[in-house]
This record gives sequence, structure tokens and C-alpha cells, in this order.
Amino acid sequence: MFAWLRDHGIIERNVVLMAVLTLITISIGGLVQIVPLFAVETTIERVAGVRPYTPLELRGRDIYVREGCYNCHSQMIRPFRDELERYGHYSLAAESMYDHPFQWGSKRTGPDLARVGGRYSDDWQAQHLRSPRALVPASIMPPYAFLDRPLDVSDVQARMRALRVAGVPYTDDMIANAVADLRAQAMPDADPAGFQGRYARARQAAFDGDPGVVTEMDALVAYLQMLGTLVDFRDVTPAQLRQP
Amino acid sequence: MPTKIEKDSLTGTDTTGHEWDGLKELNTPLPKWWLYTFYATIAFAVVWVVIYPSLPGWKGVSGWVAREAVVADVAAAQAHNAPMLARLREATPAQIVADPELRAFAIAGGRGAFANNCASCHGAGGQGAVGGFPSLADDDWIWGGSLEAIQHTIRHGIRSNESDDQRQSIMPRFGADGLLTRAQIEDVAEHVLSLTSRATDQAAAARGAAIYAEQCVACHGERGEGNRDVGAPRLSDQVWLYGGSKRDIVAMITNPRAGVMPAWQGRLDPAIVNMLAVYVHSLGGGE
Repeated sequence: MFAWLRDHGIIERNVVLMAVLTLITISIGGLVQIVPLFAVETTIERVAGVRPYTPLELRGRDIYVREGCYNCHSQMIRPFRDELERYGHYSLAAESMYDHPFQWGSKRTGPDLARVGGRYSDDWQAQHLRSPRALVPASIMPPYAFLDRPLDVSDVQARMRALRVAGVPYTDDMIANAVADLRAQAMPDADPAGFQGRYARARQAAFDGDPGVVTEMDALVAYLQMLGTLVDFRDVTPAQLRQP
Repeated sequence: MPTKIEKDSLTGTDTTGHEWDGLKELNTPLPKWWLYTFYATIAFAVVWVVIYPSLPGWKGVSGWVAREAVVADVAAAQAHNAPMLARLREATPAQIVADPELRAFAIAGGRGAFANNCASCHGAGGQGAVGGFPSLADDDWIWGGSLEAIQHTIRHGIRSNESDDQRQSIMPRFGADGLLTRAQIEDVAEHVLSLTSRATDQAAAARGAAIYAEQCVACHGERGEGNRDVGAPRLSDQVWLYGGSKRDIVAMITNPRAGVMPAWQGRLDPAIVNMLAVYVHSLGGGE
């Protein structure tokens, strides 16, 4: 019945036929990966609270990526009971809708960080980053004490504009005030001047304990402290969590 | 292109029909067990695709949804523990300690909850860490070591800004805000050292005592005994949150630091908060 299939030599000796069949084969593989992306919008839950990162959090996220934190820490609480009991509510697609690229990760050498925000004090986060084993003796995390250096804020507006191209709804107002907002968030004594209006529920604090200088530590701790805190799950209904 | 498929005389197996400079290749069939296992996996995949939501837009005949399954899973586990959790929720920590069955349950559950939620700051055994993370295993309590006080602290946190009943206090920034001069701070630090008989400059300690009586007594007490109502640590023992050297004490007076603990009410079930209170109380320092 399939005898004709055995005669592979026909394909091997006809370059046009070979090219056409190769194209068809690759197209199937490509479509399987690409077509579901057209439906990605429908998987994002319509929950309230998710906002773009503040400029300081955004720079903290860049440092998180730069230092390769994702190599050991996932940001994806899967819908299993053991994960819910350890980390909290399972992650929503909406919670990483402004992540480019997302930081779900696939490997947990360290714990999942999707809901680490607010779990520890700013002081703990900064001290733990400087010297993990001073606080958690069994930890194998490398120390990041060098993050206590001034943060480069020169390109934060360019980064926000690039993310806007990718679909993050940064307004002109947000981009124009980016550097001022960044400083206002890391220096609680600074004049916030509309910061809270632009970024709902963003917390102002001296994240690294020193309100005088905006450091990379400030940015990273600010980012860690907001992870998983944007959606208030007391207000979320089961219907909102249902994906089509 | 296969030209001449022939039977190999030695093995009785067909050749592939290819020939390279006189070399021929046997077309040995796949082992039957392997082949049928392979077919079985294909059949399994087909069944799986039909039952589960496997393709975009296809929900599967079972109607299984991961997010609903986990909710049912959690509900079943909670239902299983419900009678005990309800008792732990309604009882006060003191009542839990008085009931051997509840106490055993609370200690076991509290140990797990402590490892997950508390150990990062307070240490795996509640031993604490230098840098403002107090030990929970000794009898030196900042906000109180009774069952009720521990329960309150866990529920509402310390300087958490998450609860109206949080533990709240703030030490003035005597140096950074210019309330005391550098020399005065040195003197006060010397006096604080003298509370544990460690002063090396008695004249400075005497000058510091006068400033201490004016600025510090209200919270830290005349003899440095501390005040739990405002979370002012005892200064007359060897337990130091941020270090007990003169340098550390000068730094604390100049620009004080203060610990922050999240409010766990809302994050954790009230039954778990009660279990944690009983467990922490049992670590060694409970009052």
C-alpha cells in the first residue's frame, strides 16, 4: 500500500520537489508554534491592579536579568496544591503581561520568586543580597554586595520607549517624568509630584537603607518587593480566572 | 534506490537492497516489543488529545481545567483538616497549649509554617541573625514573649504599614537630625556600655548618663531595662540586634535602624497564625 513511499529516490533526484516538500514540513512545525500566539490575548485574565513597572522597578528587573537570577529562580507558581501552600496563589498570565521577556523560568535552584514581594523586609532583602549566608546559612546563592553602587539612570527613558513599542502602555507623561519618578521612589523624602498617580500602589522607600544615593540595590529590592503584589486576590472572582 | 533485495544466507534477514562497493546492509526489523510499545504510545497520545484540552480551542471531553482541579484539590485537603483547623482557629493560643492534642498538632504544623514563612529572617531554629533579626529562642523579647503578645506580633507585624494594630515605634535620629552632637553621642554610647559594665572611660560615661537621663530614659528605662510597650530593646544585657560594640552603638544613636516584619494576618489562615504562636513560644523563651 505504501510502496511508493519506499521510493525515496524520486524526491532525492528532484530538487524542486525536495524544496517544496521541505517547505511544507517546516511550515507545519512553524505553524504549530506560531498560531497559538494569535490567541495569546484571550489567555490574559481580566483582573484589576496590574500596571507597568515604575522606572526604578524596571531598572531592577534589568539587573535581575543581567545577573542571571532567572537561572536559579522561577517566577511561575503552578496550579498545584503544594505550590499554593508554599508560595501563594498560582501565577496569572496577566501578572507577566508587561514582562518582555517574561521571567517564568524553568529551573528552581532557589525558591520561586513570583510572590516574594512584601514577604520579607527591605532590610532583609538588601542584607540577604549582600551576604546570603549571613542570614540563610544553608544558602548557595552568590553574594551581590557590588550592587551597592550608583544606578545608571541615563537610558531609562529609552528603555521605556522600547517597551512601549513592544506594547507596554507607558504614557508620554510617564516617560517624561521617568528619572524624577525613579529618584522619588528610592528617596522617600523626595517630592513625589504625581508619582502615585502614574503608578498605583507603588511603594516609596529607601530600599537599601540609604536614602541618599539611588543604587542598583535600590532598584533590585524595589523590583523584588513588588513581585506578585499587584493583584489583590480578595477581589478576584473564579470567573475572571477562567481562560477560554 | 533499492536495486536487489536479497536474503542474507547467514542470518536469514533481507538486505536493504543498497550496495556500496560490495558492502550490503541488513534490514533487521525492529524488535516486536519495541514496535508495539511505540504503537501504544501513539494510541495513548490520541486518547489523551481527545480527553484533555490539548489543542487551541479544544477543551477535551473530560472538561478538566488545571485551575479548577487545584481549587478542588485544596478544598479537599482543607475539608480533611477542617475539624482540627476549626478548633485551632477558635481556641486562643493559651487554650491550645492547655490541650495536649491541640498542642501537639500546633507544634507540628507550626514547625512547617515557621520553616516556610519565618526561618529566612529568624533562622531555622529561631536563632535570629545579626542585623536586626531577633532570636525567638531566648527570653529577650522586644515586644513581649507571652502567647498573646507573640500572636499579636505575627498577626499585625512590626512597622509593616499593613495593619492598624501593627507594632509601631521610631527612635529619633539623634545624630542625623542634629539632636545631639558627635561628642554627646560618644558619651551616651559610653554610658550604654557602662550598663553592661563595659565602659572604659568613666568620665565620658558620667557625662553620657546625664544625656541618657534626658533623652533615652523614656523608652529604654533608667537602668536600660527597655520597654516592651514601645519595642525599646533592653540595653542591659548581651543581646544586641545590630551589634554591641561602641561603634555599633554610636551608629545606632546617630542614624537608628528599625526592624520591619510583615503582617501575616491575611497571608496565613488564623489557625496557622495560632499554630505559629504556640510553636514560637515553645522555642525556648516563651513567657
